[in-house]
Amino acid sequence: MSAVSTEQARAAGLVAPRARAAAGRPRGVSLALRTLGPLALLAAWQISSATGVLTPDVLASPGQVVQAVGELWGNGQLADALSTSLTRAALGLLFGAGAGLVLGVVTGFFRLGEELLDSAVQVLRTVPFLALVPLFMVWFGITETAKIALIGVATSFPMYVSASGGVRNTDRKLVEAMRSFGLSRAAVVREVVLPGALPALLSGLRLSMTLSVIALIAAEEINSTEGIGYLMAQAQNFSRTDVLAVCILIYGLLGLAADGAVRVLERLLMPWRPVDGRAVAGR
Amino acid sequence: MSTPAVHVRGLRRVFGTRAVLDGIDLDIARGEFLALLGASGTGKTTLLRILGALDRADEGTVLVPPARTVVFQEPRLIPSRRVLGNVTVGLPRGAATRETGRRALAEVGLAAHADAWPATLSGGEAQRAALARALVREPELLLLDEPFAALDALTRLRMQDLVGDLCRRHRPAVLLVTHDVDEAIRLADRVAVLRDGALVRDQSVAVEHPRDPADPAFAALRRALLADLGVHREPAPQHAN
Repeated sequence: MSAVSTEQARAAGLVAPRARAAAGRPRGVSLALRTLGPLALLAAWQISSATGVLTPDVLASPGQVVQAVGELWGNGQLADALSTSLTRAALGLLFGAGAGLVLGVVTGFFRLGEELLDSAVQVLRTVPFLALVPLFMVWFGITETAKIALIGVATSFPMYVSASGGVRNTDRKLVEAMRSFGLSRAAVVREVVLPGALPALLSGLRLSMTLSVIALIAAEEINSTEGIGYLMAQAQNFSRTDVLAVCILIYGLLGLAADGAVRVLERLLMPWRPVDGRAVAGR
Repeated sequence: MSTPAVHVRGLRRVFGTRAVLDGIDLDIARGEFLALLGASGTGKTTLLRILGALDRADEGTVLVPPARTVVFQEPRLIPSRRVLGNVTVGLPRGAATRETGRRALAEVGLAAHADAWPATLSGGEAQRAALARALVREPELLLLDEPFAALDALTRLRMQDLVGDLCRRHRPAVLLVTHDVDEAIRLADRVAVLRDGALVRDQSVAVEHPRDPADPAFAALRRALLADLGVHREPAPQHAN
């Protein structure tokens, strides 16, 4: 080895390799950054209310909204409405996403299933679920069934698309290997296909959860006698912008909670995945 | 004194509590072919990745030429671009670039596959495309990260000849990371062995070209390197290379 000094090496035109710095922010900082956006919105709201840009007949101030929450919580209205609405959304999501999952796996995994089902589901998928509201009213009347069915229909399609796509992307070589070890089709689906499709399934679940809230609003706007939508309809009649704001915030928080739930599910259901989606470097 | 292409002093890289690279000093001269041997997990790929700016050093001085390219163990071709597009990826578009790309493909024997999709190539062909992609950039430092490890034995021998040939013609400085002792002796001007975070051996290969495994100098070096890697065996193994 010829002894070259570092200065000589630099003089010969060598440079230090610059690796892209790993974005390793501590958890607390990352969380703080995440809350920054909502806090800025809240601050803007408070400032415009305090300076009179936003008058109470347009939108109540944050303070009034907090008072409204206290009032609604105190007389039990909010708790009742929440439990009713959440039950509807959860049941609809359960049926809808479940049906979408089963259909998606069938069409993704079996060629015959795809040939038989896919085009039919694609036709149904293009129908806006809001167009089904009158039909469901005729079929089921103003019942819980109509609302849950509407949410179910709305949430089934994103799940179907994600599930069939995720299953179709299964590693064929892995399936082949498992067949050679004598696994049955059901076992292959359980051991290889579903775990492999989990990222797609969870992104489908995320879309379905968002849609379940939207469908919930649509279902509750029509002739409800309880639930958050009913609360909103009443508030509209009495021009209570504070109660309206509460309801809108609740819908927003439901979406946020759904997103958080899926994140937790991702961590729990896929322990084999590298944390934060960052690839593990080689040795 | 020759001009350097790689200059490393006191390089340390720590994963958790383990110092994978613990004070490495290494020089590679321009045009020199260095083979770096080491058992799995000894940090030889980490060293290569640091030289290729894919990983960072925790301590020490690392200097490399501005023009450097990597051939990985897997081809890492973009499936949605044709072979020629993969070779010239990231280079300024134009007829001149396409022409240099085609020339590089011809050099690795893939001229006929310029318009093929990567998925239609065999493992050896894909790896040759990856080699053309590295060479077309005219690197001063070529980093080879076990580029033959995933190939079948016959393809591997052919690829080794091809790489040796191309390196003699283009004269980049080369760092070949491998755990194949025969491959290292066949190709390299110098071999180094990495163990426990340090280079336990760094010596020139004195075997005459063309290098023949039957040559006693080849066999002696092979035995010494295998011993460094913790493989002790009786002399004169029966399998021919």
